[in-house]
Amino acid sequence: MNKYSVHIHGWLLLLPAAALLALFTHFPAVATLYHSFFSNPRKGREAAWVGLENYRVMIDDPVFWQSFANNLWFALGTIPLSIALALLMAVWVNGRIAGKAFLRIAFFTPTVLPMIAVANIWLFFYTPQYGLLEQLTSLAGLPSHNWLGSRDTALACLVVVTIWKEAGFFMIFYLAALQGMSPNLAEAAAIEGAGRWYFFRRVTFPLLMPTTLFVLVNAVINSFRLVDHIVVMTRGGPDNVTSLLLYYIYDVGFKFWDLAYASALTMVLLALLGLLAIGQFVFLDKRTHYQ
Amino acid sequence: MSAISVQQVSKHWAAARAVEDISFEAEAGAFVVLLGPSGCGKSTTLRLIAGLESVTSGRVLIGGVDVTALPPSKRRISMVFQSYALFPHLSVAENILFGLKVRKVAAAEQRLRLAKTAETLGLAQLLERKPSQLSGGQQQRVALGRAIIAETQVCLMDEPLSNLDAQLRHDMRREIRALQQALGVTMIYVTHDQTEAMSMADRVILLRAGRVEQDAAPADLYARPASVFAARFIGTPPMNIIALADGAQGAVIKGTQEGVVYRGPGGGMLLGVRPEDIQLVESGVAAKLEAIEYLGADSILVCKAGTETLIVRAQGKVARAPGTAVQLAWPREAMHIFEAASGARRDDVLVAAGVAA
Ligand SMILES: Nc1ncnc2c1ncn2[C@@H]1O[C@H](COP(=O)(O)OP(=O)(O)OP(=O)(O)O)[C@@H](O)[C@H]1O
Ligand SMILES: [Mg+2]
Repeated sequence: MNKYSVHIHGWLLLLPAAALLALFTHFPAVATLYHSFFSNPRKGREAAWVGLENYRVMIDDPVFWQSFANNLWFALGTIPLSIALALLMAVWVNGRIAGKAFLRIAFFTPTVLPMIAVANIWLFFYTPQYGLLEQLTSLAGLPSHNWLGSRDTALACLVVVTIWKEAGFFMIFYLAALQGMSPNLAEAAAIEGAGRWYFFRRVTFPLLMPTTLFVLVNAVINSFRLVDHIVVMTRGGPDNVTSLLLYYIYDVGFKFWDLAYASALTMVLLALLGLLAIGQFVFLDKRTHYQ
Repeated sequence: MSAISVQQVSKHWAAARAVEDISFEAEAGAFVVLLGPSGCGKSTTLRLIAGLESVTSGRVLIGGVDVTALPPSKRRISMVFQSYALFPHLSVAENILFGLKVRKVAAAEQRLRLAKTAETLGLAQLLERKPSQLSGGQQQRVALGRAIIAETQVCLMDEPLSNLDAQLRHDMRREIRALQQALGVTMIYVTHDQTEAMSMADRVILLRAGRVEQDAAPADLYARPASVFAARFIGTPPMNIIALADGAQGAVIKGTQEGVVYRGPGGGMLLGVRPEDIQLVESGVAAKLEAIEYLGADSILVCKAGTETLIVRAQGKVARAPGTAVQLAWPREAMHIFEAASGARRDDVLVAAGVAA
């Protein structure tokens, strides 16, 4: 086989995957960028080139800024807690305890359940008057509260659901990493007199850094991608306090049918996620020990 | 210095009886080797002494103190693992200092002891490296460093050399032995390699299926094996174990009529003779030479007498052709008699035959 035919063979083998990727990932991304520079097409009015007009509108759009701020709070509320919880559960389940297999499955269940079903269950927990949470608080003699309907608590309610769901998923990654660690390390440390916390701080946690980095990137991306829980539980309300970026894009695109503006919003979200991912890798990679 | 005393220790798991009623003593400053085939309970015994496993029954004493219920950190021991168990994210210096940091030893003393340890082990140039940037032998030294910087009286090692190549293993053997003597620590050393055991140990404790088969100095283990198992485990090539039968004038090799081994009943007995003790002579036990393997300093001859195979180790090159007849002899002190059924040593048979005093 000569050199050319080797190359041709290679490209032919790549072609199916490359074609699918281009068709469903790269082309839509580029098309979205393209559309974001045009006005929204309406009946009898073609889309016209408007340059950065859509982006200018965004700067003056209070709902966009609110969604952005909401999203930051949401990320801040979910990411550290879900990762810490995942790590805690993994270390616990990895230890020598009875009913280990049962616990592992129990922790992982939230991830397996379909999102819509999960949201519906939690919807019941939060329901005013007869929801589970209400029943508990009324037992404690506290006044009734509309958890999802109140501006003060709606976003926090979503944060709780998300932590509950994500922690089990991230736990699996930590658990896999812990299983790969030689038990001799813990024994060597035990002989030297290192306590459990010291060993965790000085050995386990540093050795889990690659996993933490991976989980962190996923957690950040997930926190900016959440949409299904909001659709089921709050629809962005009350007063947009639970409107996150992707949900806002969904609203703009498919409720108001302003596809051009939705495209511009999408580009901003994409750029944001890209920057975050790169930032995390560059910043944390230096401090991470890979085996 | 601390002596170690293991008293009637057993360790049972649901599936296995790893250690069954083991007792032995290690005097202060002694180098004691736990030797035995794979799965005989060596590592388990060591881990019981270290406190990494809890005993099912029995007691462990270190320096006269009953440590059976104490956690590993309170037993004042150090340990070297087969896998070295180095912390991959820490530098060599941090690995060696790990224990001192845990115990909050003053920084100045840490530096001093690190310098001394690094010097002893020739690690001074490597202190900043990570374990993954070291060769197997260097990693092994770091693991040793972590054990000796603790300056404990007792050091436990579980097959520390098994991941090294033959040459390095040979060098490290001597180094570990010298180190142990220089520091005066009591050493319990696990290996399945009889050469390691013979060359390093003050005492060898031979284990078999969770029990002590023989507890003796290397020279005694070689000269007076307590059982067929012990006899076959020590020496390369291992001792010949030859089935005997009753002949007209006494015990003969099974399948032969001539050549009395000793005057007495031979049925149900086994004769043990080490290959290096057998000589080619003009007249002795008749055998047929089947194969020769030339090894340089000596040759291994495979001979057949009756139904039994005898391995002979002769010096230099032997100018005989396979297939020819040879005559074999051995000094009477080189004979070991075992009972075939139990495998136990039976010196009384030789005494009765007038061969031994
Ligand atoms: N945690 C455990 N649970 C159950 N059985 C075990 C456990 N650890 C060891 N055993 C069993 O105990 C026996 C002795 O094991 P041990 O590790 O002490 O052998 P060893 O002499 O060190 O062998 P090797 O030379 O292969 O390391 C084996 O049969 C093993 O299967
Ligand atoms: Mg072992």
